Amino acid sequence: MAEKTVNLTINGLDVTVPAGTTILEAARSVGIRVPTLCFLKGVNEIGACRICVVEVKGARSLVASCVYPVSEGMVVNTNSERVRHSRQLTLELIMSNHRMDCLTCARNSHCELLSLANELGIDAVRYANDHLLPQIEDSAPHLIRDNSKCVLCRRCVSACHKLQSVGVISPNERGFRTHISSAYDRNLDETDCVSCGQCIVACPTGALTVKDDTAKVWAALNDPTKHVVVAPAPAVRVTEGECHGLPIGTNVEGKLITALHRLGFDKVFDVDTAADLTIMEEGTEFLDRLQNGGVLPMITSCSPGWVRYCEMHQPELIPNLSSCKSPQQMLGSMVKTYYAEKAGIDPKDIVMVSVMPCTAKKYEVQREEQRLPNGCMPVDISITTRELSRMIKRAGLLFDHLPDGQFDPLLGVSTGAGTIFGVTGGVMEAALRTVSVKLAGEGMQVDFREVRGMKGVKEAGYFLPGRTVRVAVASGLANAKALLERVKNGQAHYDFIEIMGCPGGCINGGGQPTQSAEVRSFTDVAGLRAKALYQQDMDMPLRRSHENPEIQAIYRDYLGEPGGHKAHELLHTHYVPMKKYRPDQI
Amino acid sequence: MPNCKTVVPYRGTPEQEEELLRFVAEHKGQPGGVMPALQKTQQIFGYLPEEALILVAEGMDVPLSELYSVASFYAQFSFNPKGEHQVSVCLGTACYVKGSADVLEAVEKKLGIRTGSITRDGRFSLDATRCIGACGLAPVMTVGGDVYGRLTPDQVGAILDKYM
Repeated sequence: MAEKTVNLTINGLDVTVPAGTTILEAARSVGIRVPTLCFLKGVNEIGACRICVVEVKGARSLVASCVYPVSEGMVVNTNSERVRHSRQLTLELIMSNHRMDCLTCARNSHCELLSLANELGIDAVRYANDHLLPQIEDSAPHLIRDNSKCVLCRRCVSACHKLQSVGVISPNERGFRTHISSAYDRNLDETDCVSCGQCIVACPTGALTVKDDTAKVWAALNDPTKHVVVAPAPAVRVTEGECHGLPIGTNVEGKLITALHRLGFDKVFDVDTAADLTIMEEGTEFLDRLQNGGVLPMITSCSPGWVRYCEMHQPELIPNLSSCKSPQQMLGSMVKTYYAEKAGIDPKDIVMVSVMPCTAKKYEVQREEQRLPNGCMPVDISITTRELSRMIKRAGLLFDHLPDGQFDPLLGVSTGAGTIFGVTGGVMEAALRTVSVKLAGEGMQVDFREVRGMKGVKEAGYFLPGRTVRVAVASGLANAKALLERVKNGQAHYDFIEIMGCPGGCINGGGQPTQSAEVRSFTDVAGLRAKALYQQDMDMPLRRSHENPEIQAIYRDYLGEPGGHKAHELLHTHYVPMKKYRPDQI
Repeated sequence: MPNCKTVVPYRGTPEQEEELLRFVAEHKGQPGGVMPALQKTQQIFGYLPEEALILVAEGMDVPLSELYSVASFYAQFSFNPKGEHQVSVCLGTACYVKGSADVLEAVEKKLGIRTGSITRDGRFSLDATRCIGACGLAPVMTVGGDVYGRLTPDQVGAILDKYM
C-alpha cells in the first residue's frame, strides 16, 4: 500500500510529503530553512523555544514548526513580517537572560545562539543583562556548567534522560528561577553522572563546556625534565579535521601525527596499538570464560562511561565486566613500564597524555584501581578532540597544510581491528576476528558485518567449532539499559556483549567536535565518521590484532602469555559497586 | 528560596518507609505516577526528605532528578519539615506595603536561616505566607497559633526569645 501523503503549500510552493511530517521537515524538503534552537531531532522535540515559529493560515497564533505536523491543504508562511518579528523578539528575550561574554567564551566560534542572533538580524541589545554573574559548577572531572549562559532549551536534559537513561539533570524550580541542575542542586560529582559528556555536545551555547586540561599539557611540554608522550584514540583521527574546516568523515591520521610531533611531544604513539593489545587480553579472557565455565555474558569494559554506569546502576553485572583496562589505560601502562624500560627513562619522568573522543576518560585516568605496581598512574592527562584542536590552533599549525607523519615505533603499529574500536560494534568485530581464528584456525572470515551499523542494539550468532557464539552490541546507555534488562530477566541469552556509552560509539563521544543541532538533525554524523574508520580498516595490510608485529614483540619480550601473570598485573583492573544516590549523613 | 536541602536529620521510621514502598509498588509504571507518589511522601513524612525520595526513585525506576524537578516546580511540596515553632511572616499586599519584608529579614537574621527552611535543632521553621486576613494588624507575624501585629523589625528579637 502506498504511503499516505499530504499536500500543502509553503511560501506559495506546492509540497507533498508523507503524513506525519512536521512543517519544519516539509519546508526543508523544498529548500526552505526554518531556524531552530531547542530542536534536536529524535532527542529534544518539545517546541519550547518558539524560534521556529511559522504562520499557518487559519491558526490563531504562530505555531512551532519543529513539532507541528502538516495537514491536507495547509497554507504555511515561514517568512512573513509577523514571523520574522516574533522570532526576533523571542531571541532578544532569550538573550536578555544569557550572559554574553562571547569574546572569551569557549563556544564563541560555534555558538548556536550567536549564529541565530546573526541570522535573525539582532543588531542591538535592547534588554541589557549586565547584572548576570557567572554561575560556575565545576565539581565533575569532565565539565563546567555555567547556568548564566543557559537558554533552558533542555537539549542536555533530553540527552541525559533519553539517550543515556541516566537522568542526573533536570529543570529545577519554575519561572525566572528555573535552572538546569541535579536533584537537591547537588554538585555533579555527588550524583550518578557517568561523565559521558553527551550533554556538552547537545548544548547550543557555552553553558556546558568540557573542563579544559590543555594548560597542564602545555606545562608538561615546557618542562625540560619531563618526557612527554602522547597518543590519540582511534576515533580522533576521523574527527579532528572537523575542527579545522574539513568535511565530516575525513581521515586525518597523518596530519594529526605531524601536528602532535610539531606541538613538541617527545613520542607519538597510537591507542590503536593498545586496542590490539586489548583484544589479545579480552579475547583470551573471553575464551577462558567460554571454555572454563566463567561468568557469561562477558561485557566489554573499554568505555569508562559505561563502566561507571554499570557500577552505579547495574552493580549486579560487575562480575560480567571484562577485567581488561581500556585501550587508553593499557597504552599508558605499557608506556610507563615496557617503553620506559626499553628507552631507559624513569617512568616518573614520563608525562602520558591521551587524546580522546571522550570526556569520561578524564574521570578514568583518576581511578585509583588503575595504578601500576611501580606507583605510576598509566595516564596523566586526558584531553578531548576539541581541546587538541585548540592547542593546534594556538600553536599556529595550519592543519590542512600539514604533511602526513608516522607514529613512533614500539607502540605505533596497529591493525584494522584496532582502528574500528572507535565505532559501535568495532570492539566486538575486532574480538571476533581474533577469537574465531583461535577457535577455528586460519581461513576464517575477517568481516563480521552483522555487528556494524548505527542501530542502537545489534545481535548476531556465529558458528564456531564446538558451539555458536551469541553476541550483542549496544551503544548509548538507554539502549544498553534496555538490552541488559532483557538479559537479566532471561529473555535474551548472549555469550559476549559490547557496550559503548555514547550512541554510535566513540566517534560520537562527548569529547568530539560539536556539530550544530541542524547538522546533527539532518546529517548522519556518526555514520560518516564510522565510514571513515571502516575505510581505514579495509585499507590496512593487517586486520587482526594478533597479527600485529609490535604486539607479538610485546608478549615475546615483555609480557609473556596473554592473560598471564604480568599481563594481569599491568593490563587488568577491578570494579567497585557504587551507590547511585548518596544522601548526606546529618 | 524555599526548596533548599534541609539541615535536619532524617527521622523516617521503618513503618513509614514500608507504607511509602507499598504505595510506590502499586503505582510503578503508571503514567503520571510521580505526582501521587510525591503527595504520598509528603503526607507520610510531612515534607520530602531526600532519603524518602530515593526510595520513590528506586522503587519507580524514575531518576531522582525528575522527582526533584517536579517537586520543586509546585509550591505544595516542601523540602523541609515544620519546626516545633512554625514562624510565618505575611507578605500579603497590606503587610508588604507596611514593611513586612523588613520584618521577615529580621526573623531570618535572628534565626540564622533562610525563608522556607528550618533551624538545625528543628525548633523553628520559617515561611512567608500570603494574606492571612489580619490586614488591620499589618505587618503581621505568627508563631504557632500566636499572632503578633503592627510589628517593626526591632521587636522581632524579643518576641522570638520567648520561644527559645
